[in-house]
Amino acid sequence: MSSVYNQGSTLFLSDALVLSNLSEVDQTVRLLFSEHPSAQWQVNLDTLERLDTAGALFLHQLSALANQHESSLQLGPLPEHLQSIFQFATPLPAAAKPTPARIPFLERFGASAYRFIEHAADFLYLMADLSYFSVQALWNRRAIRRDAFVDQAYAIGAQALPIIGLILFLIGAVSALQSAAQLRQFGADIYVADLLAIGITTELGPLMTAIMVAGRSGSAIAAEIATMKFSEELDALRTMALEPLRFVAVPKMWAMVVTVPLLTVMADFVGILGGTVIGVFSMGISPAAFVTQILSSLFLKDILTGLIKSAFFAWIITVIAVYRGVNFSGGAVGVGQAITSAVVSSLVGIIVLDLAFNLLFY
Amino acid sequence: METAIRIANLRVDYGETPVLKGIDAEVGKGEIAVILGGSGCGKSTLLKTITGLIEPREGRVEILGINTANLDEESQSELAKRLGVMFQYGALLNSLTVGENIALPLEMHTDLPPAQIEQIVRLRLASVSLEGTQDRMPSELSGGMRKRVALARAMALDPEILFCDEPSAGLDPVTAAEIDELLLTLNRALGITIVIVTHELLSIDRLDGRLLMLDEGQVVFSGSVGEAQRSKHDVVYPFFHPGEASS
Ligand SMILES: Nc1ncnc2c1ncn2[C@@H]1O[C@H](COP(=O)(O)OP(=O)(O)O)[C@@H](O)[C@H]1O
Ligand SMILES: [Mg+2]
Repeated sequence: MSSVYNQGSTLFLSDALVLSNLSEVDQTVRLLFSEHPSAQWQVNLDTLERLDTAGALFLHQLSALANQHESSLQLGPLPEHLQSIFQFATPLPAAAKPTPARIPFLERFGASAYRFIEHAADFLYLMADLSYFSVQALWNRRAIRRDAFVDQAYAIGAQALPIIGLILFLIGAVSALQSAAQLRQFGADIYVADLLAIGITTELGPLMTAIMVAGRSGSAIAAEIATMKFSEELDALRTMALEPLRFVAVPKMWAMVVTVPLLTVMADFVGILGGTVIGVFSMGISPAAFVTQILSSLFLKDILTGLIKSAFFAWIITVIAVYRGVNFSGGAVGVGQAITSAVVSSLVGIIVLDLAFNLLFY
Repeated sequence: METAIRIANLRVDYGETPVLKGIDAEVGKGEIAVILGGSGCGKSTLLKTITGLIEPREGRVEILGINTANLDEESQSELAKRLGVMFQYGALLNSLTVGENIALPLEMHTDLPPAQIEQIVRLRLASVSLEGTQDRMPSELSGGMRKRVALARAMALDPEILFCDEPSAGLDPVTAAEIDELLLTLNRALGITIVIVTHELLSIDRLDGRLLMLDEGQVVFSGSVGEAQRSKHDVVYPFFHPGEASS
């Protein structure tokens, strides 16, 4: 333990001056300085036994502290065995921080607009390259490993079945209940089946499936590619004359474009099933009547546009996830950001595409 | 001597920060070129620029008589097949096994039957003293083992030029010596040109190649090991006489 005391204008520091008691010593010294104003302090270190780098720095800075109290300070001689540590821990001059030049508003605005255009151009190039490579891979399968496609299709499709099934079943049930509340006022209960069939196959099925896939697989794709970039795997592929987009991204693209419509078929079916359960058990419509009504309102065109739409959703999710992965920067935190932005921008992309489809086809 | 690599006035920036500030160098065919320099001075950046992974801001790189600027995809890939690159941290594909990593360039770029490819993979692994690891995943290996697999992969296509980024850093002295022996054998028996980044004085002695010392983004010394040891240059001297005050 340390003891700090004064005799007149001599300050005694004895025992230890180390990191663990530094703040205590510092407070006591400040108190002494302000309670005993003196023009000239002497510091006696004869009985100091232990000193570490933090304590040595404190000693170096003592006279500056005294200056703040309008006095000067003279360090007495240190015991022999503490001198080398005192020399070692000399405070470094504060590094001059470069003052960031103030950039005028218009210039900053111009710079960020320019960056935005650059990013947009990068994105469009990647979209074009990836789509072109994917189509080309159909007849030039050399650069693709087949297991890569199968593994991906399994992860994106098969493993997503339970969760997408559950969600769509619940959504089907909810939308049946919602529309029933309205239609019952007109005594048109049976039209719940029509609303359900059309709503699920044209909108809710493809949309909810795409949203779930964006969250599950878009994020996984962005994470995998960002990690591969970080560990220089993408560079290594390039040095082996393998284009990373072809080798890594194309199998994912095909896995997505093939499995998401299949998932959507399942989603449509389960969603309608969920609504039917409500129609039959909660609204008391006979199963036969409900099913007949559903079948009469289903058009192949609706189902097919829904499926085509879902293939496009899969395409945009993959393009965005790959883009975010390839453009990631900065370690583990960067991977997290790549995932988040991949999911968020995919959701925007999905909704925009959905709107475009609706404008085109209805 | 024919030249394998010719670099002229190479300048590379990361963002606004210049890293390479005008590198001129030449490596002859069949030569061992050893790149030296303090940590962070741009050695890996130089290798990546030569191998086409980083676009230089200025200057030109000519490899095996081919100017690498503005190559189309086809010629770029043809050139890449003639080069082998071993990355500083291995850069193995983590989703593939050790064996698949080494087999990958062979599967993708040759028509060899699988049995033959497997033979080559086993041979390559043996040459880096890693027999029997082909079914392990890279994540199950130590850092030094991963580097050796990376070396085996870089050699898979029998490249004309082999680039190695610190192949023996972090290896035990016995394995490090084996790696040096392997590189020397490749160089002497097959005439492979080797460009290697290393800090190990022992390796530098064993390889006895031509040294290129980088400092502050420029080549400050080029010459033989003997010349470097006698040099009084204030960057070269401390490197070969560590711990001594510079004279
Ligand atoms: N991707 C990068 N982005 C920004 N700076 C980088 C990047 N890679 C390397 N640097 C910087 O460039 C310099 C040279 O790096 P590098 O070539 O890896 O050095 P060396 O291999 O000689 O240790 C270092 O100062 C490093 O911080
Ligand atoms: Mg390096």
